[in-house]
Amino acid sequence: MKNWPLWEIFIRSKAGLNHKHVGSLHAADEEMAIQNARDVYTRRNEGVSIWVVKSEFIVASDPDDSDPLYEPAKDKVYRHPTFYELPDEVKHM
Amino acid sequence: MKNQNLFHYTLQHADNCLILGQRLGEWCGHGPILEQDIAMTNISLDLIGQARMWYQYAAEIQGEGKTEDDLAYLRDAWDYRNVLLVEQPNGDFAKTIFRQFLFDSYSCYFYEALMNSSDEHLAAIAAKSHKEALYHIKWSADWVVRLGDGTEESHERMTAAVAELWPYSGELTKANKTEAEASKDGIGIDLQALKERRDAKIREVLTEAALTIPESTYAHEGGKDGRHTEHLGYILADLQFLQRAYPGLEW
Repeated sequence: MKNWPLWEIFIRSKAGLNHKHVGSLHAADEEMAIQNARDVYTRRNEGVSIWVVKSEFIVASDPDDSDPLYEPAKDKVYRHPTFYELPDEVKHM
Repeated sequence: MKNQNLFHYTLQHADNCLILGQRLGEWCGHGPILEQDIAMTNISLDLIGQARMWYQYAAEIQGEGKTEDDLAYLRDAWDYRNVLLVEQPNGDFAKTIFRQFLFDSYSCYFYEALMNSSDEHLAAIAAKSHKEALYHIKWSADWVVRLGDGTEESHERMTAAVAELWPYSGELTKANKTEAEASKDGIGIDLQALKERRDAKIREVLTEAALTIPESTYAHEGGKDGRHTEHLGYILADLQFLQRAYPGLEW
């Protein structure tokens, strides 16, 4: 069981919402991963849908690159749509 | 009591759920991996939840002002009506899995059929429990296949579990007097029809698991009528200790 791969678990809490990452677990294959996720992460009625992805397939950004990746966005306030007057007719913005 | 047979029928199923739930609960903190530890205790809690519904109804039928707790905690072994299978010790993981599979392959068809009971209360218990039973059979059948068709060691352990527990599979589908009468009244289910579906399911899963289906049809029985193996007394000693030592104790 030590050799069982790690899986990342995503749960959709209700229809229409996104699947959100909730944690990870070990399982021998995808079917067992879904069952384990059901038992570990939805036992308190947390979800209506489960995605599992082998952790090895997750490609992550390098923490050492965070300056070039994320710093430049910090002073670009104009990218937030807060400079527009919204007409009253426009709802749900 | 107005309906002694319905009372006994209800108790049989209540006791099955409670004793198997208690057995599975013994795995809590001892599961082979965290995820399966949680899976087994989830199923244990499902079964204890089912037992509560059965006991509540049994207490109502009994009409002596007793509660579900009186029935669970204050009866002795010979008043228990569970099948012998559910009181068998956990053994290794393979044995627990096969015991569970034998029970689940009965209970999923049992609840499905009981949804048509002429007794509305039983039909409602069945409708609620059936969904749980469908998950249980998926889980246990899956593990029978994984272990049976797994490594050399898991196959050996699974083979041993089948040999040991097979003689306890017959009692589930062999009607005793209580069940025969309940079936005649339209309250209970037709166990012969269930047996055919159950046997087909067992054949299907064991074949997929590369396990040999034993030919013997010898069946230990008596649990449904209160004649138990020595194991039940020990289970009740654990289960009932608090209420026996401190009568009426509440949370």
